[in-house]
Parts: sequence; C-alpha cells; structure tokens
Amino acid sequence: MAPAFIHLLVFALIPMGYALYISLFKEHLIYGTPKFVGGANYRYTFTDAPFWNAMWNSARYALMSVPIGMAVGLGVALLVNQKLRGVTIFRTLYYIPSIASGIAIAMLWIYVFLPENGMLNSFLGMLGITTKTDFLNNITWAMWALVIMAALNGVGPKMILFLAGLINIPQELYEAASLDGATRTRTFWTITLPMLAPTTFFVMVTSTIGAMQVFTPVYLMTKGGPEESTDVVGYHIFREAWVQFNTGLAAAQSFILLAAIAIIAVVQFKLQQRQLRGYSLT
Amino acid sequence: MRLADNLARLRDAALFILGGVLVGYLPKWLYGLAGITRYALDANHKPSVLLDRLDALYPWLLGLALVIALLMILSGIAAIAELPVIGKFVRIVLSYSGMLALTVVLIGPMVWMLCISLKPPKSPIPPLNETLPFTSVPVLGKDGKPLMEQKVENGKPVFTVVAETGTREPVMEQKTQLKADLHWENYDTVLNSPTLPVRRFFFNTVFVTFCVVFFQLLITSLCAYGLSRLRFKGRDFIFYLFIGSMMFAGPVTQIPVYLMLKSFGWLNTYWALIVPGISSAFSVFLLRQFFLQIPFELDEAARMDGASEWTIYSKVILPLSKAALATAGSFTFFGVWTDFFGPLIYTNSTEMRTLEVGLSIFKNSYGGSNWPLQMTAALIVMTPLLVVFLFAQRYFTKGIMLGSIK
Repeated sequence: MAPAFIHLLVFALIPMGYALYISLFKEHLIYGTPKFVGGANYRYTFTDAPFWNAMWNSARYALMSVPIGMAVGLGVALLVNQKLRGVTIFRTLYYIPSIASGIAIAMLWIYVFLPENGMLNSFLGMLGITTKTDFLNNITWAMWALVIMAALNGVGPKMILFLAGLINIPQELYEAASLDGATRTRTFWTITLPMLAPTTFFVMVTSTIGAMQVFTPVYLMTKGGPEESTDVVGYHIFREAWVQFNTGLAAAQSFILLAAIAIIAVVQFKLQQRQLRGYSLT
Repeated sequence: MRLADNLARLRDAALFILGGVLVGYLPKWLYGLAGITRYALDANHKPSVLLDRLDALYPWLLGLALVIALLMILSGIAAIAELPVIGKFVRIVLSYSGMLALTVVLIGPMVWMLCISLKPPKSPIPPLNETLPFTSVPVLGKDGKPLMEQKVENGKPVFTVVAETGTREPVMEQKTQLKADLHWENYDTVLNSPTLPVRRFFFNTVFVTFCVVFFQLLITSLCAYGLSRLRFKGRDFIFYLFIGSMMFAGPVTQIPVYLMLKSFGWLNTYWALIVPGISSAFSVFLLRQFFLQIPFELDEAARMDGASEWTIYSKVILPLSKAALATAGSFTFFGVWTDFFGPLIYTNSTEMRTLEVGLSIFKNSYGGSNWPLQMTAALIVMTPLLVVFLFAQRYFTKGIMLGSIK
C-alpha cells in the first residue's frame, strides 16, 4: 500500500499544501518572479465581481441540475424497475451517454441546440413554435441548455443507484399497504421515498459536488458566454490559471471554491442526519 | 364497495385532467382578456403601467400554470392507473412510451451522428427528415441509362421517356428513386488526415489508458489489501484521507500538479499523462469495500500454513476478486479514455494530444463547417468505448452499487 499512499501524498496532499503556498504569492506562470503578498489574493477575490458572478452561475447550475437530474434518475429507475419485457435493454441504453466521451456528447448536443435544423428546434417546429432560438447563444436559455443536457446524459449512474435502493426496499411493506387499500401514488410518497432517503442523500451529495466543479461542457459548448451567463466557477478558474496565467490568484480562488463545496456538503450532511433521525423514531 | 371505489377514482381522474387543461389555458385566456382591456384603454389614451407589468409577468405566469397543469394531469393519469384492468394496460403503455421517449432523446442524437458521418464531406446540416444518408437518383432503364432524358423546350426543362419503346407525353419531373449514399471514405479522411495526426492520437490514448489501468489496478489493490486486511495504527485515518481527497481535492490540485510536473521536466511527455493517474482514491475505496466482504477465515488459514502477506494477496485475495478488479478497471478505462482536463493542460504539442483533446482541435479547426467529418471523428472516439462498455456492463452496475455503500 505504500506506493498508493506515496501517490496520494505526491499528487493530492502535497499539491494541496503547495496550492496554499502559491495562493499567497502574486505569480505569473510565464514571466515575472513570484512576489509574496500574503492574503492579498483572497482579499482581491472577495471583492472581484466576475468571480462572484461565476460562483453564482455555479450555484444556479447546481440548484437547477441537481434536483432535475435526481428527479429524472428516480423516475427512470421506477420505470425500469418494473417487470416488463426488455427493460434491461433500456437500462443499457440509458447508461451509454454516461460513458461516452465528453467531447462527442458536447458536439451532439451543440447540434441538438442549433437554431437552424437543430433537433430541438425541429421538434418545436412540429409543435408550431418556429422562433428558431439559438439556445446556446441566448442569455435566458444557455444555462438551461447545459442543465438539461447534464440532467439527461447523467441519468445512468443515478438510475443504477436508485435501482439498488429500490431493490433493497422490503416487498412486504407494499403488500401490507395494498391490503390496507393504499394506492400506488400513496405508497410512493409514504414507503418508496422515505425508504430511499439514504440513496437520495448519497446521490444529492455526489452530484452537488460534481455540479459545482463542472468544466468540460462549458468549455466545449458555450465558453462561458453569452455575456458570462454560463461562466461557471470551474471554467473561471481555468481561464484565470491557463489563459491569464495568474497562477496565485487562481490557486486562491480554487481554495474558496473548495471551502464552498465543503460547506455545502457539511450542511447537506447535517440536514440528512436530522431527517434520518426522524425516520428512525417512527 | 369496490365498484364505488373505482367510480370515485374515475371521477377524480376526469376532474384532475379537466382541471389541468383548464389551468394550462388560464394564462392565455387572462392574457387575451388583458389584450381587450388594453385595446379599450389605448383607445382612451390612458397610460397602462399595470398592463406592462402584466406583460413582464406573463412568461412566469405561463410557466407556473403549465407546471401545475402538468402535475394535475399526471395525478389524473395516476388515478386511472389504479383501476383494475384498464389501469394495468395504461401503466404498460405509459411505461413503454416513457422509456421510448427517453431513448429517442438520449440515443437519437447518436443515430443522427452515424447518419451524418456517412454524408458527403462538407454537406450542411440537413433538416431532420432528410437525415438518413440517402440521395435521390434518376431511375435507370434496363440498358443502364436514365429512364428519362432532360430536354429543354421553350426554355423550360422537360423530361421525356427514352429508354422504353413507345413515346409518351413529356412530363415536368424526373422520375427518381432513393438510393443509399454512404460515404465511408470520411473515416479514411479522418484517420489519415493531413493536418492532424489522428492515428497518433489514437495510439496515445490506447497506450496511456492501458498503462494507467494496469498500474492503477496493481497499486490500488495492494493499497486496498493493506487498508482492509492489515491492522496498524492510523489505518482508518489514512482511509479517510483517501475519501477526502476523492471528494474535495479536485479543483485545487490542477495548478500545483502542473508546476510539479514542470519541475520534473515531464510536461508534454507520456509521464505527465500516466503518472498522475496511476493511483485513484476511488479505486482504492471500491476495492477495499470488496475485500472487506471476503471472509477473514481464508487468510487466517493461509497464515497458519505459513503463507506470507504477499502470497495471501496474490494467491488468495486477488483470484477471489476478479469481478471487483474488472469493475475498478472498467471505471478507470472510461475515466482515462475520456479525460479532457489532464491532457489539455499537461501537453501542448499536437503529437502528444490524446483523442479526446485532439478531437476538440478538430472541432475548433472546422468550426462547425464540416459536420460530416466532425461526426466521423466523434464516432471514432466513441466506438471503442461502446465496445468495451458492452463487455464490461455488468461490472459497471455492480461497481456503482459498491461505491454507494458507506
């Protein structure tokens, strides 16, 4: 186990300390020597409007994509959990976008959102909506386009997790409920959802952490545009570090992002503890 | 009793669906009403601030009403699905149509990608109904010549039947039939592209992926063995370090790792692509979870027989955990093959790019102008992934479930 631990040390723990060290310097990657500035990078970031715009965009992205993604995942899991002919084929099909390469998916969905002859606009045209919106270049829609894409393409792992949770619910609960004359809708709210709470929590935490760090689709599809409306914080830090080469500032910003993610995870954890306690009492 | 129940359900369903439709139409109706009022007010030349506010509010009102309407209609359908015989039928029909709709959304673009990759190079994006790679060609007669010949009479093109005996009246349109028009040479063009070394990208990706998967399985399985089988002080602490780095280290380490690779002189070499990936906290976690399920009596028995730790690891644990290794290996495979961020930052010459990043150069250099070639390139990246996925699929589901047990 020594090699793995050394690897962890060299590529995760030491870099974290190193990043903290870098974040105290005013440093340009290409030219200029690092100059010690103490907390100035952090102070600058806290008053930097574009950075907070990016944080807000990430928060919006997470607030939109996590609930939608979880709802889609749970819905699909319920669909393919039925004893119907051919559901396993559908399970396989729904997983494919999750393993597909990010750039191929990005190119496909650029096409889906195209104004002229794009898939979505063609379908909307059939419904009589012929506005031909350029979804990825429209301030109102660009973020929604990314959210919808993420929620649909990321359905695979969430579906599998919810399926595992559904299979673990004892069947007797449903039998007892149906003897008491409960409808399916009612058993969904009173048995399925409460019993799935641990799974839901796990899916929520992991997908929130993922959503706060999203980078590839933004880089490939919108480049943060139009007018910085999809400039999420992952992309913002990338630009700060590898386009502007402000290494120290980018390191400081990445620590602020890390702190934000940690706070969100801890808050979710606390909420979950309270919720689970409620269920164990009943 | 049962009948009354079902009748009540039917009534509920009807009320819900009807109510849903009404609620959905409400904003439109209100808006129409507002329009009439505006017309009257405008005629009297009165300012209409209120109506302007309503204009701004309208999209939100519409969205809200549509969501409520959708929920009501869904509850109505749910009520119908509770009915004894019809309910079952409705459930099956709805399930299949739901699953098919999602398939169209998720897989439809991929089928489209295949169709477009077979179109002639540089052809623009066709309308949805002309996506299939067919082209209309003139119908040929028995002698292999077009059935109709184009002539110009009085300045207009006119087609006359030439291949058959007996003259007919001239017609205005050429008789055509659909013929498959498959441009497989697009694949040749992309693989042997003069501007981009696509085969080199392919080699880089394959080489890097296999190195990473191999070394990562070796290293992480050893680590997981230590974390699950050996007892020593601080074991749990190290495990939590792994978990913590899995969850949180991601955004912070990009810059320092780059600087470290730079100081090692590894930038733009295979080392930079392979070494940061040869251990992963996720694989350690996955394998540890699996190793903990292997009965401890087995290695105690082996230890009684004088087996060393290495023998226990290689002769007892590893043979029992082929499935777990396959799971971790396939996760790593997909992760490395589709990794975008690492190669983007750690390499800068075209020769060292992987397929994933090389393809994005491809996308930028054509800038959306040559869709068939772009889609061909995308398919070239995707195909190996799909093949491996079909083989590794069952490990995948297992791995995700293992990963969620805490």
